[in-house]
Amino acid sequence: MLLKRPHVVALGTVIVLAVILLKLPARTAANLKLAISGLFLPVYGLADSTEQLANSASYAAVPKRQLIARITALESQQAQTQLQLMQVNEILHENRRLRQMLGLQQQFLWKTKIGRVVSRDPANWWRTMKIDLGSRDGVKTNATVLVPQGLVGRVAEVGFATSRVVLLGDPDCRVSVVVTDSNTRELGMIAPSSSSPLDDTLVELTYLARNSKLSSGMKVVTSGQGGVFPAGILVGQIADFRTIDGLYQAARVSHAARLSALEEVFVIVP
Amino acid sequence: MNRFNAITLLVVTYLVVWVQATFNEFRDLTGVQLDLLPSLVVYTALRSNLGGLISVAVFGGLLFDSVSANPLGVTMLPLFVGGSLIQQAREFILREQAYAQMILGLATSAAVPLVSLLILINVDAKPLIGWFSLWQWLVTSVMGAAFTPLWFRIFDAIALVLNYRPVGQSSFRPDREIKRGR
Repeated sequence: MLLKRPHVVALGTVIVLAVILLKLPARTAANLKLAISGLFLPVYGLADSTEQLANSASYAAVPKRQLIARITALESQQAQTQLQLMQVNEILHENRRLRQMLGLQQQFLWKTKIGRVVSRDPANWWRTMKIDLGSRDGVKTNATVLVPQGLVGRVAEVGFATSRVVLLGDPDCRVSVVVTDSNTRELGMIAPSSSSPLDDTLVELTYLARNSKLSSGMKVVTSGQGGVFPAGILVGQIADFRTIDGLYQAARVSHAARLSALEEVFVIVP
Repeated sequence: MNRFNAITLLVVTYLVVWVQATFNEFRDLTGVQLDLLPSLVVYTALRSNLGGLISVAVFGGLLFDSVSANPLGVTMLPLFVGGSLIQQAREFILREQAYAQMILGLATSAAVPLVSLLILINVDAKPLIGWFSLWQWLVTSVMGAAFTPLWFRIFDAIALVLNYRPVGQSSFRPDREIKRGR
């Protein structure tokens, strides 16, 4: 009764199709995925336009006095930022000069592009998202993705107009980091998060040396090892830590960037 | 199933995947992203033919995998198997009853992620699973159960508004007409 012939034939066809798709070479499968997800480009644009329309409508409703106050605050903030920038530029020149004197390799400033988050992974077992930057914008695979607050993740797949970003805490995003303090520098690795689903602000930091001197609130930044992430990007702060079987220490890191509320991100381009 | 119903099903499938990928308010609140495709497959299995079921399972599965980090082809098989089992037994199901729809929605929404995970593990993918996955599974199943009867109401409303409806049979019979004379 439960095995009607047309259904058996259809089941066989779907199984064959699924196996063919699963056995495709990685590159072909990635290109096919990008082509299929391209079907959503018109609605991404539509959603973007709708949001812009809603924003402009809400701006029209804001009182003029409030806008002027906001502009004044931003002008004062900009003046302060300009002063800080002047100071940073001076330090940068000094750093370059000293590196040259010591024969060290010069550090280059990042070139970034701003991308909008267009979708998040609908599956509960991945932490990825799509942004509206692709190969046409110069984005490459493994490019670092960040926001002013800290590291977000890396680019995993690049399409013509969109890219898939794996976020911190995803099994596919491991980051070599350094726990820094005024007198400590401990190397470790950010691993997939095993935190609660209601709190996705924590990631695991493992393989810290057994005798590391850790304390809550210590800053965690990228180490630059591994060649994917540049050194010095803030990942977060240590929330708590424990010793694993007396062999090494592990900690939970509260990440600096709010990954669930991302709207725009910076991608470092070559 | 006429052409209008087939097109409506595909459009709704497309919109469902887009909504799941774009709107994250429920995920931010509960830590779980809703999966509405299994409940849509239950509706399709109970109301549509085999062609409709294949279209929704294959098209929906491909769209879902394309916006996800899932390898392409993982989702279509569990969706189709769930729908196919229901469709073959639908003559024995009180399919217009909301509670029957909810139970089928619950079972399918619970089974589809499990089979998907099984396939993922077998293709050497490393999904993020832990104790919290039980919570995600529970919420997804319950929400799938709640959404299944809604699909019936939504599609009925769409058909009522947009679809061609044949005029009902009139009870008028010319041979029984009373002819009034003077």
